[in-house]
Amino acid sequence: MANGLKLAAAALGVLVLAAVSLFIGVSDVSLASLLSSAPDDRPVQVLLISRIPRTIALVLAGMALSVAGLIMQMLARNRFVEPSTAGTVESASLGLLTVTLLAPDMPLMGKMLVAALFALAGTALFMQLLRAVPLRSALVVPLVGIMLGGVIWAVTQFFAYRFDLLQTLGAWTIGDFSGVIRGRYELLWLAAALTLVAYVAADRFTVAGLGEAFTTNLGLNYRRVLTLGLSIVALVTAVVVVTAGSIPFLGLIVPNLVSAVMGDNMRRSIPWIALTGAAMVLVCDIIGRVIRFPYEIPIGTVFGVVGSAIFLWLLLRRREQLG
Amino acid sequence: MNNLAERAAPRPWLVLALLLAAALVAMALFMTLNARGSWDFVLPFRGRKLWALVLVAYAIAVSTVLFQTVTENRILTPAIMGFDFLYQFVQTGLVFILGGFAYATLDPMLRFGGDVLVMVGLATLLFRWLFGTGARSLHLLVLVGIVFGVLFRSLSGLMQRLIDPNEFVVLQDALFASFNTVPPELLLVATGLIVAASLIALPLLSRLDVLLLGRDTATNLGVDHRRTVALVLVVVAVLISVSTALVGPVLFFGLLVANLAYLAMPGYRHIEVLPAAVLIGVVGLVGGQAGPEHVFGYNTALAIIIEFVGGVTFLVLLLRKAPR
Repeated sequence: MANGLKLAAAALGVLVLAAVSLFIGVSDVSLASLLSSAPDDRPVQVLLISRIPRTIALVLAGMALSVAGLIMQMLARNRFVEPSTAGTVESASLGLLTVTLLAPDMPLMGKMLVAALFALAGTALFMQLLRAVPLRSALVVPLVGIMLGGVIWAVTQFFAYRFDLLQTLGAWTIGDFSGVIRGRYELLWLAAALTLVAYVAADRFTVAGLGEAFTTNLGLNYRRVLTLGLSIVALVTAVVVVTAGSIPFLGLIVPNLVSAVMGDNMRRSIPWIALTGAAMVLVCDIIGRVIRFPYEIPIGTVFGVVGSAIFLWLLLRRREQLG
Repeated sequence: MNNLAERAAPRPWLVLALLLAAALVAMALFMTLNARGSWDFVLPFRGRKLWALVLVAYAIAVSTVLFQTVTENRILTPAIMGFDFLYQFVQTGLVFILGGFAYATLDPMLRFGGDVLVMVGLATLLFRWLFGTGARSLHLLVLVGIVFGVLFRSLSGLMQRLIDPNEFVVLQDALFASFNTVPPELLLVATGLIVAASLIALPLLSRLDVLLLGRDTATNLGVDHRRTVALVLVVVAVLISVSTALVGPVLFFGLLVANLAYLAMPGYRHIEVLPAAVLIGVVGLVGGQAGPEHVFGYNTALAIIIEFVGGVTFLVLLLRKAPR
């Protein structure tokens, strides 16, 4: 049960980070001020309305995106695939833009679902492209995804430009949790539920990753597993894009880092991936809040630096192993 | 292969003449379309814009073709390798280190020169690191280049948020020069740099033709591979700095222009391919700018259309055949 103990320690670490995240900010919230003030006073209200929702949102988004990345990597059988290298994020933004233009009064849930539908369609298109071409190198897969995303992004930008929505578009692409308050993050619980579903169905994705013939041979419905996996990924991406904006490469680097340490037993590594993802997002958000106190730097920018640096390391390290 | 190529394009000079005519038509349209009011105002105003557009077209076309020759492929371009963002990163870094006031009060010549110098150094380092140690998968290089682009962009974004808002205004002026506001002295400096870079590149052209045969063959034929590549890189870095300073990052334009030029000039000789690429670039940029700006009344669309067509082209190039 050594793994269980380690897992508990890691969970404790995430809790500590979450606690740190609770007490960082311009408004004075500390244990002392909380204890000495009445429930209606400022410290308690700040904690309840802003700090706790933000921290929960960070943890949930980090977990869900990391696990979504893992599912994509299993299904596409490629280590370098995740929502932002498969056109999923861009498709979700296109969906969000479409619904903002055509039905601006739709409730957030409805908008999110439309975005998820677009994300699903975009990801399915990506998988179809992968099938259609004989692949020569594993690295072509993320390249195709990034370029497909770029093309979808150009379409999105064109319409956003025509209808003066470019600025709104910026808010969806650069993840930022500073606007998260009570009442504006609850959709993320849906992402958490989906992560749980992914955990339960983990073995199916592993099998599906071995190919259609193999999966059918084992008595599983390949198309159904594929649809389930892609739907989870699309929904999680849409939820995160709607509530906070995308965090590039998170779903790519976390599973790769965990697999470098733990190997590829998916059911065993999912809790680790979720915890690592949550910790990473928490740390980057804290950095963004501390580095230029009292101002804030969006997590999308901080993670852009951290994430792409780790991605580069993964790419170049892999080459040295091969060479 | 050479015989076949020569049969396909028997008269490269005819093609060049046609392209030149098209470029001249595009320029004439750009200067005169929908011109209202006094010519004394319109001609210098549009002339400056046209000058900047031609400089950018030249810089992007030449840098892309040279870079592709040196890296021996048709997909990788300096822009896709993140060099545009590297230049913005250098500018941001200098403001970050020197402070906005010091940066703004520097002589524009000196400032631009400093940017370009640091850019040349960093680009050479990056290139040596990635390409220096022998053969490497092209796909890996493209992917690494794209991720480097993200890294430089995020680093610039991070530094831009760390510096004082007042200093940011200085930086914004430097980063977001648009065609409408290009100051004349910047145009002069840019022209000077481009002429200098071209003078370095001109005597290399025949050697570059040999380089197309591959590194080993070229070395065997007496080309100093290392030296040639180093010189070309300096030229490329200068050209990229100029084009980024004038319009900002343009991801796919070079890819489109270079590949169209290879199609138009199947002879692969640089003395033919380079002018073709430049002229195609001028037609695309000046014509594209004249079109949307005057016909539809907006111009950001051009960048978006280039991105769309360029992305699709890139996908096709990537998937069609094994890249060299």
